[in-house]
Amino acid sequence: MNLEALYQGLLRRFQWKSIPKNRLFWPLIALGLLLLFNLINDPSFFAVEIKDGRLFGSIIDVFNRAAPIALLSLGMTLVIATGGIDLSVGAIVAIVGATCAYLIQSGMVESTVGIVAIAIVVSMIAGAWNGALVAFLGIQPIIATLILLVAGRGIAQLITDGQILTFNHAGFEFIGGGFFLGLPFSITLVVLAYVGTHLVLKKTALGLFIVSIGSNPTASQFVGIRADFIKMMVYVFSGVCAGLAGMILTSDILGADANNAGLWSELDAILAVVVGGTALTGGRYYIGTTLIGVIILQTLTTTILTNGLPVQYTHMVKSAVVIMVMLVMSVRFRNEIRGVIKPKRDKSGTSK
Amino acid sequence: MNSNTMKSNTILTVSQLSKAFPGVKALSNVQFELKEGEVMALLGGNGAGKSTLIKCMTGVYTSDSGSIELAGESIRNLSTDSIQEKGISTVHQEVNLIPTLTVAENIFLGRQPLRFGRIDWTKMNEYAQQLLSSMNINIDVTRNLGDYAIAIQQMVAIARGVNMSAKVLILDEPTASLDSQEVGQLFVLMRQLKENGIGIIFVTHFLDQVYEISDRITVFRNGQFVGAYQTTELPQIDLIGHMLGKALSENGKTSKELHEIAEGSVPYLSARNIGKKGMISPCSVEIHSGQTLGVGGLLGAGRTELAKLLFGIEKPDTGEILIEGQPIKFSNAFDAIRSGLAFCPENRKVEGIIGELSVMENMILALQVKQGWARALSRKQQKVIAKKYICSLNILTSDYDKPVKDLSGGNQQKVILARWFATKPYLLILDEPTQGVDVGAKSEILQIINELCEQGMALMVISSELDEVVEFSDRITVLKDRQKIAELTGDDITTKKLMSTIAEEIS
Repeated sequence: MNLEALYQGLLRRFQWKSIPKNRLFWPLIALGLLLLFNLINDPSFFAVEIKDGRLFGSIIDVFNRAAPIALLSLGMTLVIATGGIDLSVGAIVAIVGATCAYLIQSGMVESTVGIVAIAIVVSMIAGAWNGALVAFLGIQPIIATLILLVAGRGIAQLITDGQILTFNHAGFEFIGGGFFLGLPFSITLVVLAYVGTHLVLKKTALGLFIVSIGSNPTASQFVGIRADFIKMMVYVFSGVCAGLAGMILTSDILGADANNAGLWSELDAILAVVVGGTALTGGRYYIGTTLIGVIILQTLTTTILTNGLPVQYTHMVKSAVVIMVMLVMSVRFRNEIRGVIKPKRDKSGTSK
Repeated sequence: MNSNTMKSNTILTVSQLSKAFPGVKALSNVQFELKEGEVMALLGGNGAGKSTLIKCMTGVYTSDSGSIELAGESIRNLSTDSIQEKGISTVHQEVNLIPTLTVAENIFLGRQPLRFGRIDWTKMNEYAQQLLSSMNINIDVTRNLGDYAIAIQQMVAIARGVNMSAKVLILDEPTASLDSQEVGQLFVLMRQLKENGIGIIFVTHFLDQVYEISDRITVFRNGQFVGAYQTTELPQIDLIGHMLGKALSENGKTSKELHEIAEGSVPYLSARNIGKKGMISPCSVEIHSGQTLGVGGLLGAGRTELAKLLFGIEKPDTGEILIEGQPIKFSNAFDAIRSGLAFCPENRKVEGIIGELSVMENMILALQVKQGWARALSRKQQKVIAKKYICSLNILTSDYDKPVKDLSGGNQQKVILARWFATKPYLLILDEPTQGVDVGAKSEILQIINELCEQGMALMVISSELDEVVEFSDRITVLKDRQKIAELTGDDITTKKLMSTIAEEIS
């Protein structure tokens, strides 16, 4: 049997050439390399222990810690798809955290459902504020959400009266610290949020309209899509995602720190969206790859920490990896690299 | 032709210039000539190649072959900066200056007079004031440019260009956003520059302005040079003929039968005195079911503006719209779509297709909008619609999941037609439906228009091609310079009559 023919046949069969064009390819390669590094460096990274029917281990830890950013990134993906951006999600995390802590500490609301409901309403109001500024007043999203980025922490401080509020509440603690089916409950929340969002976008026309607005706002107006309505929905949704993230973070540490809760998390969320292949200019969005982007970032952070690299280096290493992922994902960069490599290959080919 | 310009020297010569874009030959072997101290109007319809020529001359595009010489020196394919240095300045309709800087700063931006390495503000303001007053523009040069009207801003832009030792000044639709008094001011300035020996290329859609200011006229059509004429020796009707590629002798009457409507029937849509400042003066139109209302007129006559007012994209200042006799207000396109209107816009790339969406998604978009966002059409329903129209409109695409931006212009146009057919509209407004479409697709589209009309749809069709308008219209509304000037019916619907109507009102 001709090996060359077999190889060519396999190539055709699996369309290997088209795989690098798949938007999942490069983020997954990056994640794979990170995991490979851990496998060689410290195989215990993959060890999972079962204690009292609960799973523990670095991998589980990565997923658990990635949960808040995963939620923020979900909302952020849709906001960015409409051609906008939401800088205020970190501030909304702080506001919602402060709200929950205040409600529990002051004893105003006892039931977990009540606390969660109020937190969601608060996050919706915050999102609606952003949405109104962008959709109805026509303020550029980066400016409109910058307002809440700045004001939000002030609001959170007002709620906590400048203190770090700590509390104990069995029901609320479950959100960030509880286990469900042997896994941290926050993972369940993320899965539900992603699957639910995916279904809603598929079953309604919202997904289509979001891409339309982001891809060509003028044509969308001409075809009768009401951009103001869609943008409002998207910013409210982003607010709610931030609210959920805020509840997880607050419940995890049993306290609300208005100054530091969710600090810089909006930047991580934007990074995850971009690593996931959604263009900042709007248009097609990829929820699935956003999630992979989040996991890459969190794996990286955890890897750095478990390898004993000083914390000071975390941000720099993270930036370096992000730059590499982005460069590799850029078609233009790949072509240029190919242009540099190919001539050499041709030469070696002819010299044979 | 050189009889009364013998003394003048040719300053700019373009010969055998060609420029191709993927799939389109934008310029083929064109020529152009400009003399010192003359105003040359550069005219042509859509896709004539005017902007391409100007972009080649100013270095924005690199041309494929031919020559461009400025005062005997080849300037073909130089950079924009060096061409500007050599003496060609361009002023666009949208002023390319910085509104938040002062007038003086704008004039001397990038070449400020210096003193001890710092900007000499006193000198700069002085120079600017002198320069502007030499042109009879008396304004405070220390105020921000944005504080002044567009006309003044344009004159400042011209002053900047002239001050940078311009030999040739290109004015690209400078009057499009000016009122008549401002146009007068601009013309005074242009005459003065002419006296100083500057050659001016004047691109515009306003024919009466051409006759007022220009010495000669160069006409382009479909990327080709049609001719250069002395303005005084070219009657308006001939000019329109050259621009559209028609001779006056052609009768253009077709043998088609008009779609009759019952006497006294209520029009599907009637607009009374509908108008908006800066877009179109108040005018009235009626569109009947089963009839096609053609909108004739040259580019920039206010045709698209009228369509946008009817479709709710622009809100009219005056007048009202009635659907089947009932007054109605559209605050956006969504309202119009729900009332059974559809609008296929002229600028396909910007206003029509949504490039990232697939062929299928583009087709079902309007129907989905009409049905509301809450329930998406299932993929099965979408496929049925896509297959139906790909087949019936003969759309060439490998599959319906292909991004629509990868299709050719004609096929994109059909996708947008399909988008609106899918909503089953009562009134379809088509703005330049055959523009940028190859001949085969063109006749298919024209046939579709006729079929729709026979099925009882009301149509309003805007087109620059007078032949086309005449062919499919049961009535023609003639627009000119943003006004309705006539309505042609019955036996008056001929190319000749339409052309003469447009030309008559000019003089």
